[in-house]
Amino acid sequence: MNGFLINAIIFIVAAIICVPIAKRLGMGSVLGYLIAGILIGPYLLGFIEDGNQGQDIMHTTEFGVVMMLFLIGLELEPKNLWKMKDLILKVGLSQVLNTAALIFEISILIGVNWRVGLAVGLSMALSSTAIVLQSLKEKHQMDSNSGRMSFGVLLMQDIAVIPILAVLPLLVVAGAEMSADSGHGGFLEHQPGWVQTLMIFAAIGLVILMGRYGFGPILNWVSKTKLRELFTASALLIVVGIAFLMELVGLSPALGTFLAGVILANSPYKHALESDLDPFKGLLLGLFFMAVGATINFELISSNASVIISLTLGVMLLKALVLLIIGKVRGLSIPENLSFAFGLAQVSEFSFVTYAFALQLGIFAASTSDFLIAVTALTMTLTPIVMLVIDKLIIPKLREKESKNEREADTFSEKNKVILVGFAHFGSTLGRFLRANGIEATVLDFNPDQVDLLRKMGFKVFYGDATRLDLLHSAGAEEAQILISAINSSETNRKLVELCQEHFPHLEVMIRTKNRNDAYELMEMGVEHIYREHLDTSIRMGEDVLKKLGFRAHTIHRLASQFRKYDEDALKVLFQYKNDREEYISKVKKQIEQQELLLSGELSKKFSLNDQAWDSEPMKNR
Amino acid sequence: MRKVLIIFAHPKFEHSDVNFQLINAVKDLENVTIRDLYELYPDFTINIQEEQEILFEHEVVIFQHPFYWYSCPPLLKQWIDLVLEFGWAYGPGGVYLKNKYLLNAITSGGSQEVYSHEGRNRFTLEEFLRPFEQTAYLCWMRYLPPFHIGGTHQIQVDELQRKARAYRELVLQLRDEKEISIPYLQKT
Repeated sequence: MNGFLINAIIFIVAAIICVPIAKRLGMGSVLGYLIAGILIGPYLLGFIEDGNQGQDIMHTTEFGVVMMLFLIGLELEPKNLWKMKDLILKVGLSQVLNTAALIFEISILIGVNWRVGLAVGLSMALSSTAIVLQSLKEKHQMDSNSGRMSFGVLLMQDIAVIPILAVLPLLVVAGAEMSADSGHGGFLEHQPGWVQTLMIFAAIGLVILMGRYGFGPILNWVSKTKLRELFTASALLIVVGIAFLMELVGLSPALGTFLAGVILANSPYKHALESDLDPFKGLLLGLFFMAVGATINFELISSNASVIISLTLGVMLLKALVLLIIGKVRGLSIPENLSFAFGLAQVSEFSFVTYAFALQLGIFAASTSDFLIAVTALTMTLTPIVMLVIDKLIIPKLREKESKNEREADTFSEKNKVILVGFAHFGSTLGRFLRANGIEATVLDFNPDQVDLLRKMGFKVFYGDATRLDLLHSAGAEEAQILISAINSSETNRKLVELCQEHFPHLEVMIRTKNRNDAYELMEMGVEHIYREHLDTSIRMGEDVLKKLGFRAHTIHRLASQFRKYDEDALKVLFQYKNDREEYISKVKKQIEQQELLLSGELSKKFSLNDQAWDSEPMKNR
Repeated sequence: MRKVLIIFAHPKFEHSDVNFQLINAVKDLENVTIRDLYELYPDFTINIQEEQEILFEHEVVIFQHPFYWYSCPPLLKQWIDLVLEFGWAYGPGGVYLKNKYLLNAITSGGSQEVYSHEGRNRFTLEEFLRPFEQTAYLCWMRYLPPFHIGGTHQIQVDELQRKARAYRELVLQLRDEKEISIPYLQKT
């Protein structure tokens, strides 16, 4: 018991320390967890005694991958999955087959036994669903071109697991050890082929049927008890149950739960399931990544450093190369292709299973297996680092080059008078309104997919961080009249303002802000045009509420305009007192009182105190 | 039976007892449409197309409004400016208002007596309403004499009710009379 508690504390503390640091450094949570695992692993702090313990944890927590695929399935409607069939079949299959074949050929060339070579090739063709999907989600790239292709490849790999597990026993010499096989594939192992096939289809059919007609009523029944933990338990039951069923017939549990997720994507319980399972998934995956980190056998690596490192890099390069060619054929842009290819360059967590299986079957010697495990774990650790380099160093360079090229092409076209920074919801509405009135703005945004879309729509868009001076130059800040910031980061806004004040003093700067406090800071910097993002909408909503309650539309319209002007004026007054806390509070009170007075006076029948519009009491009494 | 359209403009209707009574007196009548401009267009953005279509469907048009500074409230002026388009209401092809009846139904703080050559306002109501008369004239409309309630700040309840009934009678007459017997003015 104590041992368990202490272990739990060690793991959680390591994660709490490493992951936020990794995130802060822009490395993503996966790398953070891996580093945490290495830290507490047998070779550094030694909290985990040996690689075996790490592997045990890894096998247990692999379930996080199963849950993740269930959750991903939930977000994918069946018709969208159908649209992906081309990606899964063509892109996925060519990746698996080509990679496996290449590794197989190379191992034969360097004189490895062909059976070992084939087993290694098949295992290493797979990429880590856990790492790739987690990173894609974190970077919000699931819906980008490269994200969708990565997902297609991963799905195909999950399907490929079935035939791979089926092929491995066939590699065993003369079948003598077949009986020694203690079975990856459940009780069906010893059934004749047609029964196996039948059972597989029956299992898939069962999942689909349950997804369509079974889970809904069950969840409905459970949710009526209004016991949240019971609902969570049912959600877990669905996932665990399907995983068990799939393992029973020798299919990939992840694939089964993914299927169930897709079927439940239209269910009214979708969001409840998501929010209930998400923490489990997160924790399990975190543990899983740490376990991977802890399994890295540094002793083995240091004694065979050159071989292992060259193998690791070789495998990654080879996998990336195959993917690069596929990406090129599918028309990915260079930055997209880089993140697609190197994102998938690691070897899968599932390979640990196939190594163990091959070891059991006697295809591998124990030393080979250890070797491969080390290489696999290393690839898993290195890919996030490579991705970091690509994301932070290479892609910005490429984009810069792109925008420079574009700039050269643009020198002949007219310069825009307006520069619009940020083209998410706020900025796009603004941009559309300007465009509808014949004003084209030069847009700066740092979401690559957004940039692609806007370019297609004929906007002049520059990718990148607007707080970079060179980017502002190339966007034509010298010639522009107005710079609008429609981003919601107050920090970026401040930097932007400073930059403009220093280098482009002629630019009229108009800034979106979140709230009063941000507005004060900008006022302090001397910005005149400040737009609190909620102000107009909330007042407009209030107008509609009052209209629904029977107030006259025009009266409310006037009052709303007054209220807004009042609020803006009050902001300026309060700004002068904001540093004097006590006075500030009393001023705020006074402002609120005045506001109340204004409003209540206006709306009561005896409004004459405030509003003399159209007919005042003195006039009436004449 | 003619269709009657009341174009009603009061920026603070919720405080006007007189106009409230007038509207109440006619709002349930069949074939009488009331367009409450300040409620429909609080921000002065008028839907021209819709207003023209409604206008076209009706044969009698009443501008009901308080008399502010010897004229109508600004939204009614805006309405006239925008809806009575060249080529639609007047000018070449502008025949869509031809032979429709128009009158102003006015409430004023000043009494009937101050609107006379001898009174404080020096001119009669008809004289102040010349711009409306000429608008109707230009659009080939038939301009009828105004309906007027003066002294609204001091008006007594029974007097107000009598006036409201009279307004209702007028609207009914305009709606139902076979040939409208009130003299009107029209371009010939």
